[in-house]
Amino acid sequence: MSGQANIIEVKGLSKTFGKTVAVNQVSFAVRHGELFGFLGPNGAGKTTTVRMLTGVLEPTEGTATIQGHDIRSEALLSRAHLAVVPEEANVYLDLSLWQNIMLMAELHGMGRKQRTHNALELLESLGLADRKHQKARTLSKGLRQRLMLCAALVTEPEILFLDEPTSGLDVQSARLIRRIVQELNTKGLTVFLTTHNMEEAEKMCSRLAIINNGQISAIDSPRRLHSAMRCRQFVEVSFLSEPPPMSELQSLSGVSSLDSAGNTIRLYTEKPGRTAAEIALFAKSKPVEIEHLCTRKPSLEDVFLYFTGQNKKEPAQ
Amino acid sequence: MTAHIKNAQSWGYHAHGAFIILKKNILLYYLKPPVLIFGVLFPVFFFLAFKMGRPIAPENIVPGMVAMAVWFTASAVGPLVTPWERRAKTYERLIATPVSLQAILAGDVLSGLLFGACLSVIPVILGLILTDACIHNMVFLIMGIVLGAISFSSLGVLLAAPPASSPSNIMLLSNLVRLPLLFVSGIFLPIAEMPFWARWVAPASPLSYAGDLIRISFGHEAYFPLWLSPLMLVFFTAVLMWGAYKFHRRWRAKGL
Repeated sequence: MSGQANIIEVKGLSKTFGKTVAVNQVSFAVRHGELFGFLGPNGAGKTTTVRMLTGVLEPTEGTATIQGHDIRSEALLSRAHLAVVPEEANVYLDLSLWQNIMLMAELHGMGRKQRTHNALELLESLGLADRKHQKARTLSKGLRQRLMLCAALVTEPEILFLDEPTSGLDVQSARLIRRIVQELNTKGLTVFLTTHNMEEAEKMCSRLAIINNGQISAIDSPRRLHSAMRCRQFVEVSFLSEPPPMSELQSLSGVSSLDSAGNTIRLYTEKPGRTAAEIALFAKSKPVEIEHLCTRKPSLEDVFLYFTGQNKKEPAQ
Repeated sequence: MTAHIKNAQSWGYHAHGAFIILKKNILLYYLKPPVLIFGVLFPVFFFLAFKMGRPIAPENIVPGMVAMAVWFTASAVGPLVTPWERRAKTYERLIATPVSLQAILAGDVLSGLLFGACLSVIPVILGLILTDACIHNMVFLIMGIVLGAISFSSLGVLLAAPPASSPSNIMLLSNLVRLPLLFVSGIFLPIAEMPFWARWVAPASPLSYAGDLIRISFGHEAYFPLWLSPLMLVFFTAVLMWGAYKFHRRWRAKGL
């Protein structure tokens, strides 16, 4: 891990609340300009990790640096590089949109000219320009989330922490937020994204970390995480007539296990193409007709469930 | 690295942060109902309850009225800000900004100081217009109001530290502290005329010293040595702000 290449470096970070270990010896690094996904089930330690990195919580053990600044000894300097949109946060409802954005910019020490220019640009791109003098109280949840993003981005952060940014939003707002975040990421903004939305994580993130019970279970690119689960690839088949006995399908070469749901049978194999061909030959030699046959890779959801230990016995759904 | 990041640890940056917090608090909290009820209506009703039907010369109650106004107004803002921000879910974003906790708390103290110092001018003016009271020493009056307001405001900020789920719980706690102290600080009765036990308790209240300074400014006799009251108010401010910092730091992530 070189300090030059990594904008966030986390080493052995832990947080305990009484006897509960929320985050246990977590280590990872986020590279400059990366869109890094942080996945985990509820209570896995995602928000606690983000809160430690953003200076809200003090770690019990371990260290982390943001742009080379230690989050403990140089807390203000490390926070000066980041902006955060927490999951359970809100804007100041009694301030106007403009006042909300200016407040965040001023707290980051932005000059008047710069903050005004940035705010006008962001309000325009997030579709809030017409409402800038309205009280934030009058906005819907989706618009408030856009405002929160505006208030975070106005500070010109180098790292943006997004905790479930599209959770519970209308499709339009969610798409807009994703588009803006991806655009900014292509321009060099590092994004640390915490999400439950697998599709969002898969489409947006260049690397993913999966945290479970306070520990990192896996960390890699979505493609490699899929590859790591080669044994969870499968062939899906359904028959027009009565299906053949399961034991016969199980005996096909390369099939490690199988299961069925309704008329559909899944055959888990490391070589789905070869297994599909074998099924076709098998069907030809028997009085059965194939209705549907296809090869499938595990979804990110399957990967997630596998690494969080919720699907180690159950096959992918 | 931009200039604002380079300066993130300088004193000027902290002072700027405190000023921005002050501005936010003025916009958001000065007109909130709990501040107006406990900061403005409370002293008015206490004054009426104290004055009605009692044969006291109006000019004699002006210093007490001014001290009471400073006490309630300056300590009304602090207990509201943090609990309100926690409930409104704005606190996490605030403490994740590059503004130190000291600057946030200093901004909260300044909010109480400004609110208390400005509103306490009203009873001073009313007292001067409607009664025979007159100011004998402006320096003591300003010292009493300003040093009193800053120490009472610090007390308010300290009381806001517990991670309560609702601002009303903290307002309740703050009244549990403010009301008893009001009766042992020589506001309704000069300290020298209070019962023996109350005279022992009075030095533990910052209101006693602010009240004494304000009393002197209106030409009344001092109870404490002249040098002691300002010194004690500075001492109370330092201790209360230190306590506020310690407890806010300990509990700042609770109840987010």
